[in-house]
Order: sequence, then C-alpha cells, then structure tokens
Amino acid sequence: MTWSVEKLRVEIEGRLALCDVDLRLESGTVTAVVGGDGAGKTTLCRVLTGLLRPTSGSLSLPATIGYQPAGSGSWGDLTVRENLRFVGDAHRFSNAHFSERLGELMEATALGPAIDRLAMHLSGGMRQKLGVAMALLPRPELAVLDEPTTGVDPVSRIELWQLITRSVTSGTTIVLTTTYLDEAARAGTILALEAGSPLAYGTLTEIGRLLPGALWSTNTQPSEPHRWQRGGVWRVWSPDGHSPPHASRLEPDLNDVLTALSFSTNREGMKS
Amino acid sequence: MTKLVEVSELVKRFGEQVAADEASLEVNEGEVVGLLGANGAGKTTLIRCLLGLLDFDSGRVLLLGESPNRNVLRRVGYVPQGLGLYSDLTVEENLDFRREIFGTRVEGVVDDRRVDELSHGLQRRAAFTAALAHRPQILILDEPTSGVGPWTRAELWDTIRAEVSNGAGALVTTHHLDEAEYCDRLVLMAAGRVVKSGSLSELISGETAVEVTTDRRDEAFAALTEAALLTVLSGSKLRVVSADLQQVTRILSAEGIAGHAAAVAASLDEVFIATSSR
Repeated sequence: MTWSVEKLRVEIEGRLALCDVDLRLESGTVTAVVGGDGAGKTTLCRVLTGLLRPTSGSLSLPATIGYQPAGSGSWGDLTVRENLRFVGDAHRFSNAHFSERLGELMEATALGPAIDRLAMHLSGGMRQKLGVAMALLPRPELAVLDEPTTGVDPVSRIELWQLITRSVTSGTTIVLTTTYLDEAARAGTILALEAGSPLAYGTLTEIGRLLPGALWSTNTQPSEPHRWQRGGVWRVWSPDGHSPPHASRLEPDLNDVLTALSFSTNREGMKS
Repeated sequence: MTKLVEVSELVKRFGEQVAADEASLEVNEGEVVGLLGANGAGKTTLIRCLLGLLDFDSGRVLLLGESPNRNVLRRVGYVPQGLGLYSDLTVEENLDFRREIFGTRVEGVVDDRRVDELSHGLQRRAAFTAALAHRPQILILDEPTSGVGPWTRAELWDTIRAEVSNGAGALVTTHHLDEAEYCDRLVLMAAGRVVKSGSLSELISGETAVEVTTDRRDEAFAALTEAALLTVLSGSKLRVVSADLQQVTRILSAEGIAGHAAAVAASLDEVFIATSSR
C-alpha cells in the first residue's frame, strides 16, 4: 500500500505553518522529517494523525494510525503495563491478544524489568521507548513518532531504531521527526522542512542530486560567500562548480547537502 | 599548553551506587573536549564535582589550577542542562543578575523579552550569551544543544569554536555523533569509568559494522535479530552493530537469504555501543 499527502497547506491563526508539502508513504518504509524549531515538524505530525485539519491539500491515509506525541506521550502516574493496557483497551484488545503483544513489546524494548514502574520514574530513554511501544502496540498501518530520540542516549537510541526496524519489517509505515541529520540519514526517505516549506525531499541519493555545482573542503578560511565550518574544517559550496584555492572535492553527507541547499534557496536568517 | 581542567581518579559514591569510578580527564587551552556517555554514565556527576557543586569521595579536581572555589568560578562559563536562566525574568534581567553575582562586565544582545516567551532555540542562545559574556577561560557545557534544530546547533558550535580559537577551552557533554566532529578530543564514559578517549578518527579507526544489502530485508532482519544481533535500518540496507562479517554471512546463508554483507567503517555511535557493552 502507498499512502500520500499532496499540496498540504496549513495556516494557524493567519500564520502559514506548512506549505507545499507532498509525501508518498510506501508500506514498510521510514520517512524522517528533519528541521529546526518552528520548521513545521509537529504540525505535520498533527495533520497526519487527524488532530489538525489542513487549510487545503489532500490526504490519503490508513484507518489505523499510531502516534507518539513529542515528549513520550505516556502517563506519568500509570505504570509501564498500565500505559500499554490503556492503549490495548482503547483498541479493544482481548486479554489474550494483549498479553501476547505485551510480551513481544517487552522483549523488543527490554522494558520487562520495569513493567510495574510508574512512567514518571523511568529514565528519559526508557520513557521514550515506552512512548514508541504505545504507538506501535496496535500494529498500526502508519505510525507517526514525534522526536522519539530527543534526549535519548546512544545505547537507547540504537535500541529504539531496532524497535522501529522491527515494526517496519512487519509492514508498518513510519513517519518520524528528528533534529539530528545523521539519524535522518538512516531513514529511506527524508523530508527537510524549513519555515514550513520543503527544503528537500527524497532518498539520500535523490537529495544529493538536487544540489547544483560542487562542494569543497579546505583548512584555510575561504573568501567564497557560501562557506561554513564543520569541526574546524571549512566547507564551500560553489554553484558553478569552480574550486576555491587549496580545496579538495568533498563527498557530501546529508548535513553538507542541506546546508548548501539552504544557501541556494537564499532564505533570510539561515546562516550568518 | 596550560591545563584548564584536571580531574584525576575521581571517585563519587551515592550510597551503593558508584557514579564516578576513578575517572580522569584533562582539558587544555585551545581545545574542545567532548564527554560522551549514556544516561547515568557519570557525565553530569563529573561536571558537578568539577564545579564544586558536589563533594566527592576521593581523587583530585583542579579548575584553572585551583580547587573549585568562588573566585575561580568567575572565570568559568557554565551552561547546565536546564539552561540556568530564570524563566520569569527577561534575558536582560538574567544578564544583570550575572553581572551582580560575578562582579564582571557582561556584554551581550539586549533582549527585554521574558525567557519563557522565547523559542527553545532562542533560550539556548540566551543561555550561551549569559554564560560567555564575561569572557570565561573555560566553558563547561552540559548538553548545550539538546533539542535545537540543525542550523541553530551549527551556529552554537560556531560560537564555541570562536571562543576556543581565542584561547579558551571547552568541556562539552553530548549524546550525538553530529556534535562529536566539532570536538578535538572525545572521552567516553560508561558506568562511571572513562572507557576510551582520543580524537574522533582515533576512536573509530579500525572499528567496523556490517552492512547488509538484500531484496529480502524483512527476513534478513528476523534472522539476524533471532541470533541476538543488534540490527537496524540504514536507508535501504540493514546495519549490524558490533558483529563480525563471517557470523552475519553464516546466518544469512543458513536461512538461504541471498544478499551482500560487507564490513564497513563503524560510526561513533556503533563504537560507543560496542565499547559500553564489552
């Protein structure tokens, strides 16, 4: 199955929150939505889960959608088991069906030892795992996860990705938001939002092809206008492809491509 | 090179729990040291001992050559995880407050909005302004860019690098690979101990992960996780963390799954996980 969003536009109190967003969500894939504060990531999640009605655009989405709102979405004064039970009951799971699913999720999340702990007493990483488990419990056709790994340490983060991969390989489609570009690169498809509009959309390879000219790296501060630093090394994007002095051609990663694209769209206030 | 921070064999216990277990690290002038570790690895404990906010059981802690004290803290710029701003005061009032307590000149952008009216990214920037305005010699930043977008993060790092190229030093905790590349040296902590340190390229050199390309992704994932291998999606491929190539190849062929497995350079995250679980 393929779900889709076309020409999505959202205005909130007269302010444009999202504009010209298109998505094709194929079954068994992960789409990462990346962007900074106010880029429109959470607005998009709210539209996908039906919490916010778009101003215009068309949506074709499945009947069962799991959702993890930003900041876990679990109830602090319920235990791990009770939080999951609540979701199971909302989806009218029988006792037997719920027990089976609970067992699977405890194994996948390693939350078993904490099953009777209140969610408010879990570590940040455990609480995020619980939030993702709650979104995935009903085996939804689409799961929307809003910043599932923010504030999560590397060990818990990889466990979360294994949980996400497990669910994707059993057919769920996942849309997740992140502020981390190395993480976005894990997803098959990436939507980079900037001030509500798509800066880039596609696979890593497709996004790489969107950028005209060439990217260079150099140790001395270049005079070219489109320059920035990563870890003490300068990057230069030359739209016409010419090489700055003493520079070597760069095999760009997602971070480089998106930074260069944000220059090419020439929006105000992106980089000094 | 002047040592700005010197922590040697620091031990801090909370009851039975050993939060810092003979942890040692140094920060020199002109360098950014990244302190990495899972939650509960002891990063914040180490920083709190370093700032004199927490007593410790044994070991030695020197901040700008002295035991942490009120006077030496005037030359330290500290951004705690919770930002350390009064959210019901304006940015300017927060700066005034610093000026009073530190007895230092504080310059910065005047902003008369209350801190809690600002976006998360602007709050982070305000916390930086407040912590850096008195031109400290050493910056101590506990997850300074948590929750901000990629471009704001790059700007905050530009600020850190600019201070350091003027001769300051920085000790920065982070969870993210995206940030490790801005550090000159990295120190990995697990269960209170320093388990590894070096530059990013030193830490990842020689370490590998296994990348699997196959049309039968879903079955390959099931077989690899069944064998208790940590496996995650990586674009259209799968990546197996801290496994050896032969083992992966054997599992795939035992299941009759055609595909290509190759050892590839591990990411810092993957090295980190392998190191913490060893």
